Amino acid sequence: MSKKSKNSFAINRRQLLASSLALGTAGVAKSVQASEVGPSNSPPNLPEWTTYLGDGVDVAPYGLPSEFESHVIRRNVPWLTATAESSVNFTPIQNLEGFVTPNGLCFERHHGGVAIIDPNEYRLMINGLVDREMIFTLDDLKRFPQTNKFYFLECAANGGMEWRGAQLNGCQFTFGMIHNVQYTGVKLSDIVKETGLRPSAKWLLAEGGDSAGLARSIPIEKALDDCMIVWAMNGEALRPEQGYPARLVVPGWEGNMWIKWIRRIEFGDMPYLTREETSKYTDLMTDGSARMFTWVMEAKSVVTFPSPENPLNKKGLHQLRGLAWSGRGKIRRVDVSLDGGRNWNTTNIHGPILNKSLTRFTMPFYWSGDEMLVQARAVDETGYVQPTIKELQNVRGVNSIYHNNSIATWLVNKNGSVENVRLG
Amino acid sequence: MLGLVKFFSIILIFTCGFGSALASERQFNLGAIASPAEVAGWDIDVRPDGLGAPIGSGNAFDGEEIYAERCGFCHGDFGEGIDRWPELVGGEDSLNSHDPIKTTSSYWPYASTMYDYIYRAMPFGEAQSLTIDETYSIVAYLLYMGDIIDDEFEVSNDTIGTIQMPNKSGFLLPDPRPDVVEKSTILCMINCESDTNVIGRARDLDVTPENES
Repeated sequence: MSKKSKNSFAINRRQLLASSLALGTAGVAKSVQASEVGPSNSPPNLPEWTTYLGDGVDVAPYGLPSEFESHVIRRNVPWLTATAESSVNFTPIQNLEGFVTPNGLCFERHHGGVAIIDPNEYRLMINGLVDREMIFTLDDLKRFPQTNKFYFLECAANGGMEWRGAQLNGCQFTFGMIHNVQYTGVKLSDIVKETGLRPSAKWLLAEGGDSAGLARSIPIEKALDDCMIVWAMNGEALRPEQGYPARLVVPGWEGNMWIKWIRRIEFGDMPYLTREETSKYTDLMTDGSARMFTWVMEAKSVVTFPSPENPLNKKGLHQLRGLAWSGRGKIRRVDVSLDGGRNWNTTNIHGPILNKSLTRFTMPFYWSGDEMLVQARAVDETGYVQPTIKELQNVRGVNSIYHNNSIATWLVNKNGSVENVRLG
Repeated sequence: MLGLVKFFSIILIFTCGFGSALASERQFNLGAIASPAEVAGWDIDVRPDGLGAPIGSGNAFDGEEIYAERCGFCHGDFGEGIDRWPELVGGEDSLNSHDPIKTTSSYWPYASTMYDYIYRAMPFGEAQSLTIDETYSIVAYLLYMGDIIDDEFEVSNDTIGTIQMPNKSGFLLPDPRPDVVEKSTILCMINCESDTNVIGRARDLDVTPENES
């Protein structure tokens, strides 16, 4: 029985693929003609997929995207790093809608590969300047009062390859070190109620259980304000590559501080000045000095359609789409220019507009078939305006790698192709 | 009456003596108290002032051999870096150039960070496999190669917090951002000043990975 249905499915799938291929070719090349002739699965013909039974339940106990969406994947830039275990890939934001990033598409940044941790053996240690040094199991953590919050996580190096010029020709590669999910967890301030905190505790060190033992210092004000220890994202357990079974959430601040696989928090009276906050995530200025503890991810926006991966293939009406975010709070407004920053239009912001979360904007536009220079400019609730790259370069030079939140430019060519360009 | 006074004074003593303990009474009764041995096993960090540095020592002479065996394969015999693996020493006076080279000797502000990082994460893929003395020795060898200490200097829990790194004063605090602020509170919307000449195209550089699907 199951064998039979499997066979019939296989045949039908082949037919389906063949006909969709035909549809694809006709649809792109000669859309007007195609609708007159009528591809085999378009009206008035009976579509193939209507004529047979589809898969039953449980064919995929954990559901996966349609096979026609196989291009929507994380991608990396192999030449950026020496090894995949200490590397980064990019979220395909150009293929996503709304403001939630699906768990399997959230970009990865590891410093020593993905730790595989049995949740029964997971322990979180709290030590240092507390009244009681303590150890919590995952079950212990889940018994604390619970919080659910959407937050964006952006790598400090997002856009880092673009300081000197337009380098990577893709929305994914220039803006994709970001994701936005709903976290479930416990506030750090609640855990601290259990351990007690000595008045001299001014900083904490958060440390991962991975082979990098990734460690960052966080000031106590931030830790007790909105930091969380979380075990779930978008309603399910954290993915291994996002820190399963538990990670730190540091809303609005650079991603490497959100320690994954968190195993220990130590409270102290001064920062620990680990490798990541001295030699790595510091921002080199033109004179050779470097800024340290540049934690906040400043307001930024990106047009995801049109974009280098999403060309225009028809004149007339289109819906421009994009994402905006700010580590200082909510997005107030996003403006879009189609002529390289000479004239701007305010876009529609789609709620809910959440604190330190990705925010979706759209704007209808008519494409005449002429060249366009597409830009987006975000303004957050503090009044901060996303700068141009020139404004950033004037203050910071081109060697700082991190915290490039400047306005990018997509050139729409007359043939509808789109590319990442630098204006001057 | 006397009894009442006594009672009050007992409360007073109790409140003064255990005031801080009372203030942080456990609120949820979750988790377990960590034993000193449990904390010692995981508490591996070392701070710039030397706090947390475990008892031990090593010098560059010992470090050279250990480095060659455990580190040189990726970082090169002289810390020059093989392929894309990081350079560990050199690059002095390069930080304000077009191609800054950030190494322990040109950039790192604290020697404690070298101990902390090497012990917790190196060799890459063999985390926490070095002994305490081996780690001090490797730190000593790197500091020696970077002309920061001589070959007889003992790097130890006593000295790690005293070593002066060349770029210690090279870091700026606090974060000065927002450092780019719009001069006008009203944003320009029409006929704004803007450079609209295309001066660079990512396509021309051709370093973008091919889209395989």
